[in-house]
Amino acid sequence: MRLLLEIALTHIRGRARQTVVSVAGVTLGVGFAIGMAALMQGSQDEFVTTLIDAMPHVQITDETRTPRTQPAERIYGAVEIHGLKPRDDPRGILNPVEAMTGLRSWVPGAISAGLRVSGVARYGGTDRGVSILGIEPADELQVSKVAEDIIAGGLSDLVGGGFAAVIGDSLAERLGAGMGDSIRLSASTGVARNFKIVGLFHTGVVATDETLVYVRLKSAQVLAGRQNAVNDIRIRLGDPDAAPAVAARAEELLGLKAVSWQEANESILEAFAVRNIIMYTVVAAILVVAGFGIFNIVSIITHEKARDIAILKSIGFRERDVRIVFMAEGAVMGGLGGALGALLGAALTAYMGTIEFEFREATEVTHLPVTWNWIHYAIAASLALVTAALAGYLPARKAAQGNPVDIIRGAT
Amino acid sequence: MAPLVEARGVTRVLPLTVPVTLVEGVDLAIGPGELVAITGPSGSGKSSLLYLLGLLDSPTEGEVLIDGAPTHAMSTDQRAALRLERIGFVFQFHFLLPEFSVLGNVAIPMRRLGRLAPGDIEARAASILTRLGLGDHMHKRPDQLSGGQRQRVAVARALANDPPLILADEPTGSLDSAASEQVFEILAGIAGQAGKSVVAVTHDIDMAERMDRRVHLVDGRIVSDERRSTRSEGKEART
Ligand SMILES: Nc1ncnc2c1ncn2[C@@H]1O[C@H](COP(=O)(O)OP(=O)(O)O)[C@@H](O)[C@H]1O
Ligand SMILES: [Mg+2]
Repeated sequence: MRLLLEIALTHIRGRARQTVVSVAGVTLGVGFAIGMAALMQGSQDEFVTTLIDAMPHVQITDETRTPRTQPAERIYGAVEIHGLKPRDDPRGILNPVEAMTGLRSWVPGAISAGLRVSGVARYGGTDRGVSILGIEPADELQVSKVAEDIIAGGLSDLVGGGFAAVIGDSLAERLGAGMGDSIRLSASTGVARNFKIVGLFHTGVVATDETLVYVRLKSAQVLAGRQNAVNDIRIRLGDPDAAPAVAARAEELLGLKAVSWQEANESILEAFAVRNIIMYTVVAAILVVAGFGIFNIVSIITHEKARDIAILKSIGFRERDVRIVFMAEGAVMGGLGGALGALLGAALTAYMGTIEFEFREATEVTHLPVTWNWIHYAIAASLALVTAALAGYLPARKAAQGNPVDIIRGAT
Repeated sequence: MAPLVEARGVTRVLPLTVPVTLVEGVDLAIGPGELVAITGPSGSGKSSLLYLLGLLDSPTEGEVLIDGAPTHAMSTDQRAALRLERIGFVFQFHFLLPEFSVLGNVAIPMRRLGRLAPGDIEARAASILTRLGLGDHMHKRPDQLSGGQRQRVAVARALANDPPLILADEPTGSLDSAASEQVFEILAGIAGQAGKSVVAVTHDIDMAERMDRRVHLVDGRIVSDERRSTRSEGKEART
């Protein structure tokens, strides 16, 4: 085996310049593949992290995936009922206290129960349609990252008697109201109260900053005219990957629609998957091109060394030995290219990590997101090795099969 | 005792559009201790016969036996193994690997066989080369040697695994008379060792006359197979 490798190396040395070119091809292929993977994975990770941070991992609302069964259908089983006037069901999670206690007993994470009421905010002469979200600040702070977006006051200031609200900075601007001002919130039920602004937030998402209003759960229930009502349970898990399982179980237990963050962002995650497929296809194409280079040079060497092959076979080398020699040449080039490519990839990744972007709006400096993942190196390098060995195999097989007599005769 | 190599009714036809018969109906047995010359006009099938005896080629009819064992049913790997251990080839052109030193070239068959430790392989290669008068050239590369020296390296390589049978195809064909004489003496010396045989194709009638046995080919057929009694008797007395 060592002998075969030694022979392979002498052949490569004899073709140093072409070998360098082939190795450079593999190096570039592997290097850019790794750099690209680091960047794509980095941006994907950053996006998903933002996503996971920004939204609840599981959201349970008072909707069902199928239309609600009416009491009459439940009672009269198989009977098909027509012309029934649906019972005017006050929407909301039935028996929220029981539902919450049930969830808290098994969900591995924080839970916040809320009541969402649509309404209108009025200050001075201005009206704005708003979405009023009643929450318990202590619970809400565990479930959402709203605390990071607070620019004045705080969510916990909602507690402390009286009707208080935390609103988006854009909404405040539109209304012309500021901290300490009293705005009037009226719910679609007709109930209206004055709320003192005790906090402002800025999420950067326009729709949220213009319409969302945080109040205490109790206040929202007053506006909705429904004691104890809850229609929006949000869960934040220690392990975001567990969300689909938790959602499925919650849905089964409560009979209400529970959506995991993965489900809510399915199309985005699918787009990422497609992007990864495209990336790996491009990488494979680059490596195939590099493989052609290796195929080429190994073919040249097999022709150049036809005499040596014949003599080795006359000495008693098996066809397999000859094959190994030339496959080793391909593999050495692939391995060398893979190793250098890994270095190049690491260098590219490190360099890209230092590139800075300055957005005019956000004054903070953003780095190009890159991820260091050994799997990228393993995949790229082993792909290079496999491609190279294959590129060496084809000419190697041909060389090994040839009849040494033809060559010896030709030379004599 | 079975012959080292034996051809029984061996015919080799190249399956070209106009089939070419290389050798036809050859019966030949080479026993231990023989120094055999194969002679014949150019194109008479001498090389072809040697390739068949050395398992580099397979007959289209008849069979070749090594140590009494038929080889026609053997796999290419088994035939390669026999070549490695039982047969040493020397061609008209030396066919040394240009990138390896003289010592490295002689070591190759031993390394492939893998029976000896690396140190022993080197020692044995050095001793063979010294015996063939190349002790001072072991670390040179083939292109730094003269034609006669290279051919002696090729002989040394053929001897590396101590095979009982050496097949040489015009080993002196490209050498001047002094170098030819040296190589001939070496081959004759090998055939003088117990159990070893040398079969050499040669154009040189004088050289053929000095060998134990002379097989003459014409158009792929053996037309004469003569033993010279004196040398054979002398050898029998020795062994
Ligand atoms: N591949 C081939 N195609 C056609 N003819 C061949 C081929 N190989 C050998 N021959 C012919 O077979 C005959 C025997 O060749 P060879 O064994 O080399 O003879 P020798 O060694 O006695 O000169 C020659 O006439 C040669 O031209
Ligand atoms: Mg010939």
